[in-house]
Parts: sequence; structure tokens; C-alpha cells
Amino acid sequence: MSLFYTLKQAFIQFFRNLNTGIVSIFAITAMLLILSIFFIATININMAAETIKGDYDSIQVYLTDETTADDAQMMVADIKTVKGVEDARYQTKEEAMAEFKTRWGDNSYLLENLQENPLPNSVIIQIGDLEQADAIAKKAATYAGVEDIKYYKNTVDKLLKVTRFIQISAVVVMIFLIIISIIVVSNTIKLTVFNRADEISIMKYVGATNWFIRGPFLVEGIIIGLISAGISLAIAAAMYHKIIEVIGDQMMSMLSMRIVPEDFLIYNLTWIFLALGVSIGACGSIISMRKFLNA
Amino acid sequence: MIEFNNVTKYYKSNVGLDNVTVRINKGDFVFLVGPSGAGKSTFVKLILKEIDADKGTIRVRGEDVTKMTSRQVPLLRRNIGIVFQDFRLLPKKTVYENVAFAMEIIHQPRKAIRRNVPQVLSMMGISEYARKYPDELSAGEQQRVAIARAIVNRPKILIADEPTGNLDPDTAWEIMQLLNTINMRGTTILMVTHAKDIVDRMEKRVIAIENGRIVRDEFGMYGYMQALQNTEMTFDTVEVETRRLFKTRFRRGGQRR
Ligand SMILES: Nc1ncnc2c1ncn2[C@@H]1O[C@H](COP(=O)(O)OP(=O)(O)OP(=O)(O)O)[C@@H](O)[C@H]1O
Ligand SMILES: [Mg+2]
Repeated sequence: MSLFYTLKQAFIQFFRNLNTGIVSIFAITAMLLILSIFFIATININMAAETIKGDYDSIQVYLTDETTADDAQMMVADIKTVKGVEDARYQTKEEAMAEFKTRWGDNSYLLENLQENPLPNSVIIQIGDLEQADAIAKKAATYAGVEDIKYYKNTVDKLLKVTRFIQISAVVVMIFLIIISIIVVSNTIKLTVFNRADEISIMKYVGATNWFIRGPFLVEGIIIGLISAGISLAIAAAMYHKIIEVIGDQMMSMLSMRIVPEDFLIYNLTWIFLALGVSIGACGSIISMRKFLNA
Repeated sequence: MIEFNNVTKYYKSNVGLDNVTVRINKGDFVFLVGPSGAGKSTFVKLILKEIDADKGTIRVRGEDVTKMTSRQVPLLRRNIGIVFQDFRLLPKKTVYENVAFAMEIIHQPRKAIRRNVPQVLSMMGISEYARKYPDELSAGEQQRVAIARAIVNRPKILIADEPTGNLDPDTAWEIMQLLNTINMRGTTILMVTHAKDIVDRMEKRVIAIENGRIVRDEFGMYGYMQALQNTEMTFDTVEVETRRLFKTRFRRGGQRR
């Protein structure tokens, strides 16, 4: 009976205060949408950074076509003994192409028109201790049959610094947006508290428990949070769908980078928005109750 | 029932109550009088634990209010009915709903609500208004609804803060009869009032406070010296009066068990 009362009362309050409720839903939806843009950008940057990092802790030693597999295997065996090397392996150009294709996924058809495999045979050195990366690269260059060494430490360093900066700013902005949303909810709840001030004072005198009094306000806040979360989730999902449709292929072919898949993003966004909606609503109402119900 | 022991309450530098010790027994009907700002509402708020005392202990039905946690306060208040000068009825609820509300919010079963609400409405003589809204009633009728709401959960104590303040003398007297009936049924009543005529006519215990201190606590009149002057008492009447007071006190004492 108490739970039923709480839900009923929460909806009554919500509809009685519909205008303010809708305004705050709009505001919070806008916040969540901005937040979701930051979120989408951040996880895509994260994924890119991970890809880059994967390249970063390895050194690719491209071999001339003349180098035999045996020579390469000897080089592998030798370089494994070098300090800081975790692993080394020989990769044929065919294997390299196959890996390339899996990385490109759906877009691998772009590679099908190639007449001959442009990729070289290579030795891939997995670095264990990043401090040693420079020394290892230098050592690798001394072997016979080495055509080129691909090793992007500086570029990668800079890139990681930039992504780190972007991630931190995104988190700061998101926290800021969440705080604003909480304030918006708390102001809305404040209004309902004022609307019911007489009733609440009588409830207190008659001996209603604090949670019985607070319950409907808490639920009202959560209703506002959840509705906002639902709306912004729908909009964000549609937006991301469109983004993938329009620039997903270009990202792939131009940067050889994959965009975070739609279903993965929506799945995560759903949970994040639900959690945010509930907690923004709950925090907002708890704050206003602390202030105005002193209970 | 209610016991104050050396209770002091200051609002910053304003005195609310100053070292008050007093005891109100089960079944008592007590008037709390005194000039504006004397500390009467402070006294009431302390009983309800709306505010906390700076010093001293307050016991209500044997339990130390000053030591109660905020979780226990609702349970304390379920034993105390309260009535205000301005009725404080919910305008969007009918008379019946206003009274039933007091039971609903402390989770009383529906059956009990359907039984008790009509009972108290009839006791207050307002059964016929059950479906009306507060603004369709006279002030006196509204106060009856407020009293019905205050007693529907059968509290052991009823506190009334100037319940007759907004009423004409006749209506006020009717309300006093109702309070008397409630008191006869065993409910302890504490009534804050400025209404001298009512206090004098009821002949109950009167606690007078000024500047946060109890200046007088006796049976009978609003102001004893005033009473003497007003009735131009002779020595005889003073003697009679003193005896009567003494008797009342004695009888009260006997009731304490
Ligand atoms: N919240 C408060 N903050 C500061 N001072 C207060 C507060 N409440 C009461 N006081 C002061 O405490 C004193 C006692 O107030 P109280 O309300 O108990 O008086 P009262 O006897 O009920 O008066 P009245 O007959 O006007 O209702 C007064 O001087 C008042 O100004
Ligand atoms: Mg007062």
C-alpha cells in the first residue's frame, strides 16, 4: 500500500507540475545529449588510441623481398635475446594482408582490387619495456636485409597526449553537465515541495515517517530523470546511426580506423543513461528535500 | 504524561524557555497562558520535538524526547494530536478525506479508517458535512474537522495552540465542550490560549509563563490577582475560593494513582 501510494503520489505531483516538469525534462535531455556527444567522441577516441597503442608497443621491421624466411627466423631468434623485447615473430606478406583485411572488416572489399600484394615480409617485435624501445629499434636496423623500420614513438606520444587531454576535458564537461542537471531537478522538486507544503506539515504532525514523506518526491525526481534519459537515448541512437551511415566508411578508408559499432554503443549508452537518469533525479530531489523538508 | 526538567531553550540571544520544570499528568486538562512572546509555542514545539532543547530533559509518556533520533520522532507524534488556530485543513480534500488522511499516512488499514472516521465525525457533530470541502464550512465547523483529524488516531495527548483564536465566543465555547468531552474520555489536553473568559469559566489547571519562565501554576483563573479584583472578593470568598482550589488540587492528586 505504501509503495503504491508513493508511486501514485509521485505521478500526481508530476502531472500537477507538468509545465515545470516538461521544462526540466527538456533541459536535462539537452544536457544528456551534449553529454552523449562527448561520450561518443570519447569512446571513439579511446578506441583509436587503443589501436594506435597496439602499433606503438611493437616495432615493425620491413624486410627486402630478397631476405629468405630462414634469415628472417634467425633474426627473430637473435632479437628475442635483446633486453626489453617481449616477443618477436616473422610475418609473411600474405599474413600481413590477411590481418589487414580483418582489421578493415566490412570494408575489406576495398582491398580486393589490388593486383599484387604491396605489403612486405616483416619481423614484428613486441616491446616489453617501453624505455628500451629506442635501443631496440636501433639494434634492429643493424641486421642485414632490413628495408625499413616502422616505429612511431614520437607521433604516438603526441597523439596519446592529445587524446588524454580530450578525455579529461570530456570528463570535466560531463561532470559539469551532470551537476547542472541535478540542480535543474532539485529546483523542480523544490516547487512541488512548496506546492505541498501544507500537506507535508500536516503529515509531519500526524507522524508520517520521513521516508513516507520523501518517497513521492524521490520518485518524482526519478521519473523526470528517466523520461529525459529515454528521450535523449532515442535521439542519440538516431544521431549515431546517421553518423555511421554518413562517415563510417570514410573513417575506415581514410584513416584505416574503425568507428565504435552502433549496437555496442547503444547498449552501453542505455545503461549509462538509465543510471544517470535515476541518479540525477534522485540526487536532485534529495538535495531539495534536504533544503526544504529538513527531514 | 509530559515532564519538563530544567528545560532551557534560547533562540540565539532570545529567550524561548528559561529553566522550566513542570509536570502534566495523565488525564489533565491544562491551560498554558501568557503574553505574546512568552514561550508558549516554544513549549509546545519542544514536546513535539520540532525544536531541540539547549538544556534539560523532556519526557513524554516516560520517554526522553531530548534523546530521540529523527527516526523516532514520527512515532512520538503519533501519540500526540495537534490543533491550530488556523485549522490547517487541506482545501482540496473533503471533510472525510481530511480526517482519513491522518490515518492513511500512518498506514492504518482501510477497515479501521472506514470505522473510525465516521465515528469521530459523529462525535464532533459534523457527520452531515463529510462530503463537503473546508471552504463550505463555518470557522467553528472547520475547527471541529481539525479536532476530528487530531483525535482520529486516538492519541494519548491533545495539544491545541489557540484553538479558539479565530472563533466567536459562542462557537469557542462549543469547541471547549468538545475538548472537555475528549478529556473526559482520558485524553490529556494542553491548550495554549489568550482567552481569559474561557480559562476562567473552565476552571482547570492554568500554567502561566512570561519571558520563558513559569510565573504561576494553579487551578482556576487566568490571572489570580485579576480574579480577585474583578470579583471584589471579601475575605470569605477568598477563603471559599482557596478551599475550592485546594480541593481540586487534592482530587487531582488522587487521580494520579
Ligand atoms: N525561530 C525563532 N527564532 C528566533 N526567535 C524565536 C523563534 N521562535 C520564537 N522566538 C522567540 O522566542 C520567544 C518565545 O516565542 P514563542 O513563539 O514561544 O512565544 P508565544 O508565547 O508562543 O507567543 P504568541 O502568543 O505570540 O504565540 C519570543 O521572544 C520569540 O521572539
Ligand atoms: Mg505562539
